[in-house]
Amino acid sequence: MNTAILIPVLLVLTPLIPAVASALLSGHAGWRNGVNIGFAALKLALVTYALAGVAAGAEYEWRIAFVPGLDLVLRLDALALLFVTLSAVLWVATTLYAIAYLKGTPHQARFFAFFNLCVVAASGIAMSGSLITFFVFYEILTLATWPLVVHTGSAKAMAAGRTYLAYTLAGSAALLAGIVWLESGSGPVEFADGADLSGFSTLSASVIFVLLIGGLGAKTALIPLHPWLPAAMAAPAPVSALLHAVAVVKAGAFGVVRVIYDVYGIETVAALGLGIPLAALASATIIYGSLQALRQSDIKKRLAYSTVSQVSYIVLGASLAGPFAVIGGLVHLVHQGLMKITLFFGAGVLAERAGITGIAQMDGIGRRMPITMAAFSVAALGMIGVPPVAGFVSKWYLALGGYQSGASWVVGVLIASSLLNAAYFLPMLYRAWLKPSADTLPSREALASTRTWLLILPGAFTAMAALGAGLFAGFELSPLGWATLIVERIYLP
Amino acid sequence: MMELLAERGSLFALTGAALIALGFYGFIMRRALIRRLIAFNVIGSGIFLLFGGTGYFGGGVDPVPRALIITGIVVALALTAFAAALAVRLARSGDDDENPEAGR
Amino acid sequence: MNLLFALVALPLLFMLASLVAGRHGPRLIWLAAPLMTGLAVWLAMAVHTAPEGGALGGWPVPLGIMLEADGLAAALMLASAITAAITGLFALGSYGTTRAETTRSYTFWPLFYGLWAAVNAVLVSRDLFNLYVAIELLSICAVALAAFGSRKAAMDYLMIALAGSLAYLLGVVLIFAAVGTLDLSLIAERAPEARTSVLIGAALISAGLIAKTALFPLHGWLPPAHGAAPPAVSALLSALVVKASFVILLRVWFEALPGLTQPAIITGFGVLGAAAILYGSALALRQEGLKALIAYSTVAQLGYLFLVFPLAGGGEAITPWAAGAWGAMGFHASAHMLAKAGLFLAAGLMIHASGNGRMDGLTGLARAMPVTTFAFALCAVSLMGLPPSGGFMAKYLMLISSLASGQWPYALVIIAGGLMAAAYLFRPLARMFAGTETPAITPLPHNWLPLAPLALAIAAMALGLLSAAPYELMVSGLPEAGEAGLEEVEP
Repeated sequence: MNTAILIPVLLVLTPLIPAVASALLSGHAGWRNGVNIGFAALKLALVTYALAGVAAGAEYEWRIAFVPGLDLVLRLDALALLFVTLSAVLWVATTLYAIAYLKGTPHQARFFAFFNLCVVAASGIAMSGSLITFFVFYEILTLATWPLVVHTGSAKAMAAGRTYLAYTLAGSAALLAGIVWLESGSGPVEFADGADLSGFSTLSASVIFVLLIGGLGAKTALIPLHPWLPAAMAAPAPVSALLHAVAVVKAGAFGVVRVIYDVYGIETVAALGLGIPLAALASATIIYGSLQALRQSDIKKRLAYSTVSQVSYIVLGASLAGPFAVIGGLVHLVHQGLMKITLFFGAGVLAERAGITGIAQMDGIGRRMPITMAAFSVAALGMIGVPPVAGFVSKWYLALGGYQSGASWVVGVLIASSLLNAAYFLPMLYRAWLKPSADTLPSREALASTRTWLLILPGAFTAMAALGAGLFAGFELSPLGWATLIVERIYLP
Repeated sequence: MMELLAERGSLFALTGAALIALGFYGFIMRRALIRRLIAFNVIGSGIFLLFGGTGYFGGGVDPVPRALIITGIVVALALTAFAAALAVRLARSGDDDENPEAGR
Repeated sequence: MNLLFALVALPLLFMLASLVAGRHGPRLIWLAAPLMTGLAVWLAMAVHTAPEGGALGGWPVPLGIMLEADGLAAALMLASAITAAITGLFALGSYGTTRAETTRSYTFWPLFYGLWAAVNAVLVSRDLFNLYVAIELLSICAVALAAFGSRKAAMDYLMIALAGSLAYLLGVVLIFAAVGTLDLSLIAERAPEARTSVLIGAALISAGLIAKTALFPLHGWLPPAHGAAPPAVSALLSALVVKASFVILLRVWFEALPGLTQPAIITGFGVLGAAAILYGSALALRQEGLKALIAYSTVAQLGYLFLVFPLAGGGEAITPWAAGAWGAMGFHASAHMLAKAGLFLAAGLMIHASGNGRMDGLTGLARAMPVTTFAFALCAVSLMGLPPSGGFMAKYLMLISSLASGQWPYALVIIAGGLMAAAYLFRPLARMFAGTETPAITPLPHNWLPLAPLALAIAAMALGLLSAAPYELMVSGLPEAGEAGLEEVEP
C-alpha cells in the first residue's frame, strides 16, 4: 500500500474542493477565483505526475464497496488518463475564461460550484473502473450540468434545460436498464475484466448493447438523440465550452469506447455484427451534423451542429475494428476538444465584446480582433482537416483505419465531411479576414477599452495546443503518441 | 342448546360476529361522524366479545385474552375520546385552516 | 439490552416531560435529539454483530412484552431517529414566534414524542397485540398532528385509521383463535395447522395495514392530510408514520406466515405497488400545489416498498452479491424517510418565504434561497433514484432482483417511475431557477432553518455513497423468507 493509489481520489477531490469553496465563498470573488485557479493548477500538476507514472507502466486503483461485491472503483489506466488530461488542461483554460466572461454578472458562486462539480464528474467518468461507477459519475454530470444550462434563467435557457433533461434522463434510463440487465446475468462488470456474456443469447446481448449505446448516445448527440445540443446554446459561452469540449459529449463518446472495448470487447461486438451498424450511424451523424451546420446563420448554432458531427468521429473510430481507426477516434477525443473549445471561446468573445452572434455580422472582424480571430481560424482549419493542425491527424488515422478494417466507404464519409466542414467554416473565415469591415462593428478604440486579456488568451493557448498537437504528433507524449500507447498496451496484447 | 353453545364459547363468538356485522353496516352506511363513532365502538365490542370467546375453554379461562381485552378497551376508549373531541372541534369551527403554510 | 427498552421508553418520558415543562417543553429536543440518535447508533452497531432483544420486566412470553431488534429494525430506527431529531430541531425554530403558534407548540411536542415512541415500538415488537397498541398510539398522534393543518383531512384520516385498526384487530383475534398465540415466531410454527383461518386473519390484517400505509387504491386520505399540515408535521407523517404500518405488514408475511402465501397474494401486493408507483406519479405530475405534489409523490414512493413481496429472494439464486430485494426495500424505506422529510421541510421554508404554496410562487427562489433550493434538489435526486443517493442504490438493487428473477415487468415499472419522478420533481426545480429577478421574500424566523433539510439531504446522499455498512446491517438477521423468497419457505 503506497500513497500512489490515492492519486485517483485526489484527482476527483481537486475539483470537489473548489466546488464546495465556491458555494461557500459567494461574497468573496477574489478568494473564489484564487481557489479555483489554484486547484486547477494543482490538478494539472497531479496529472503530470500520473502521466509519468502511467507512461512507465503503472496503474493506480482505488476502491470502496457500495454493497458487498459491488464496488466503486477508480482506476487510472492509460485510456482514463487521456480523458483526465484533456479535462484538466481545458479546465484551467475554461476557468480563466469563465472568470473573465462572468465578471460582474450575478450568481457566479453557483456557476463555479456546479462548474467544478462537472469537472469532478468528468474525472470520475474518466477513471471509472466499473460500470456502476461510470453510471454514478455519468448521472452526477447530467445533474450538475443542468443548473449551468439554465444559468441565465431566461425563458430560452429554461426551455433548453428542459430539452437537455428530457434527452439525457431518458438516455440514462436506457443506460441503467442496459447495465442492470447485463449485471443481473453476469455480475458486476469491471472494465479491467470485461463482461461475462456467456449467460446471454445473441439477441439479448445485442439488445443490451443497443440499450447501452442508445443511453450513451443521448449525451454523445448521435442522431436522432442530438436536438438538446443545439438548444443548449442559450447557456453562457463557458458552459458551451464545457458541454462541447471538456465534459458532456465527451463523456458519452468515452462511454461508447469503454462499452465497445472494455465491456463487450471488440471481437464480441464484431461477432455480434454490431460494429458496422454503429459505424454507419456515426457516419450518418457526421454527414447530418455537417449539413445542419451549413444551414445555420448563428455562429454558436453552427458550431453546435459541427460538434454533433465531430464527436461522432470518435464513435466511428471506436466502432471500426482496426487499431488505426481506434487511434484516430481516441486522438480525436483530444483534438476535437482543443479545437472546439477554441471556437467557442472565440464565439463568446465575439458576442461579448463586439455583439456579434450571426455569421453575417462577422465582416472584417479579423482586423479588429486579430488574436481571437487568428485562434478561431486555426481551430476552424483544424476542423476541416488542413495540415498541420491536429484535426488532420485524426482524419488521417480514421481513413487508414477504414481501409484497414475493410470499410473503405469510411474514406468517402471523411472526404464528404471535410468538404462540408470547409463549406461552413471557410465563409466565416472569408468574412472575418477578407471582407471590408461593416459599419456596425465597434471601433478600435471601443474595443481597446474593453480588452480583457483573460478572455483572449485562453483561446490563443488552446489554438496553439491544437496546432502543437498536430505539429508534434510524432512525439511520445503528444495526444497521438498517447493514443498509440493505449492501443498498443490494451488492444494488442 | 344455549348451554351447549355457551359451554364451547360459541355463543360469545356468534354474538360478537353479529355485533361486528351491525357495526360494520353502521360504519359504512352512515355519514354522520358521531354515528360512525358509535358504530366503531359496536364493532370494537363485537371483536372483544369474540376475543373473550376464544379464551374460554372447558371450565378454565386463558388469561392472555383477558389482559389483552382490557388493553384493547383502553385503546378504544382513547380513540373514541379523541375522535369525539376532533368531531366537536370540526363542528364548531369548521376546517379551520389557520396555518398559512398549508399551501394547497 | 436495557438500552433497547430505553429507545421505546425514553420518548414516552420526553412526552410526559414536555407536558409538565410547559413553556420550556420545546427545549427538551436539545436533549432528546442527540440522546435518541446516539442510542439508535448504538443499537445499529450492536445489532450488526447479533440481534438485540429481551422480555420486558422478565415476564415470560405470553404475558410479558418481548422486544427484539433485527438488522432492518435497527437500520430504520437509526434513519427515523435522524429524521425525527432534525425535524424536531426544525420545529423548534419554526414554532413559538407568534402567540398562536406558542399555544400550538404545547400540543405539538407531546404528540411528537408520542409518535417517536410509537415508531420505535413498532420496529422492535414481535407480538401482534403489542404491534396493535403501538400502531394505535401512532395513529392518534399522527391524526392529531395532521389536524394542525386541516381538521377535515384529519377526520378523514382518522376514519380510515379507525377502520384499519378494526380490521387489524379482528384479524389478530382470528389468528389467535386459530393458533392460540400472538408471538410472531410461534405463529410461524403453528400456522400450517390452521391454514384457512390464519389466512383469513392475515387478509384482514393486511387490509387494515394497507389502508394505514395508504397503498393504492386506499391512498385517498394521504395527500390532503400530508399536504395541508405544517412542514414539520408533513415531514413526520410522510417519513415515519406510513413506514411503520408497512413494517408490520412485512413482519406478518415474512416472519409469521412465510410459506402460507400463494402466488396470488404475492402478485397482488406487487401489482398494487406497481399501480401505486404509476398512478401516484401521474397524479403528482398534475399538481399545482407544491406540498400536494410532494404528498402524491409519497403515494408513488410507497409503492416501491411493496415490490419486496414479489421480488424478495429474486436475485439471491443468480447473483450472490445482491441479497434479494430485502436490502433494496430497506434502502428505499430509509432513503425515502430522509429525502421526503427534507423535501417537506425545504418546501415549507419556500412557502413561508414566498407566501405562496403554488408552483408559480417558486419562481426565482433559487436566487433568493440557494441553500434551501440545493437541499430540495438533493432530496429530489434521491427520490428520482439517481446516483449517488440512497434512493439510487435502492432502485438499482430492486432492478437487479427483478431482472435476475425474470420478473422484468417490475423493472419497467421501476424505470418508468424514476422517469416520472424526474418529470414531476423538475417542474418545481425549473421554477426555482427560472426568471432573472431575485424575488423579495419574507425573512425566515431563523437563518439556520435551511440547514435542517440540507442535513437530511446530505444524509440521503451519504446513504448511497457509503452504502456498504447500512446494507450489511439491513440484511443481517433477515428472515428466511426475505432471503429465499416468500413462496420458497416450507410451511
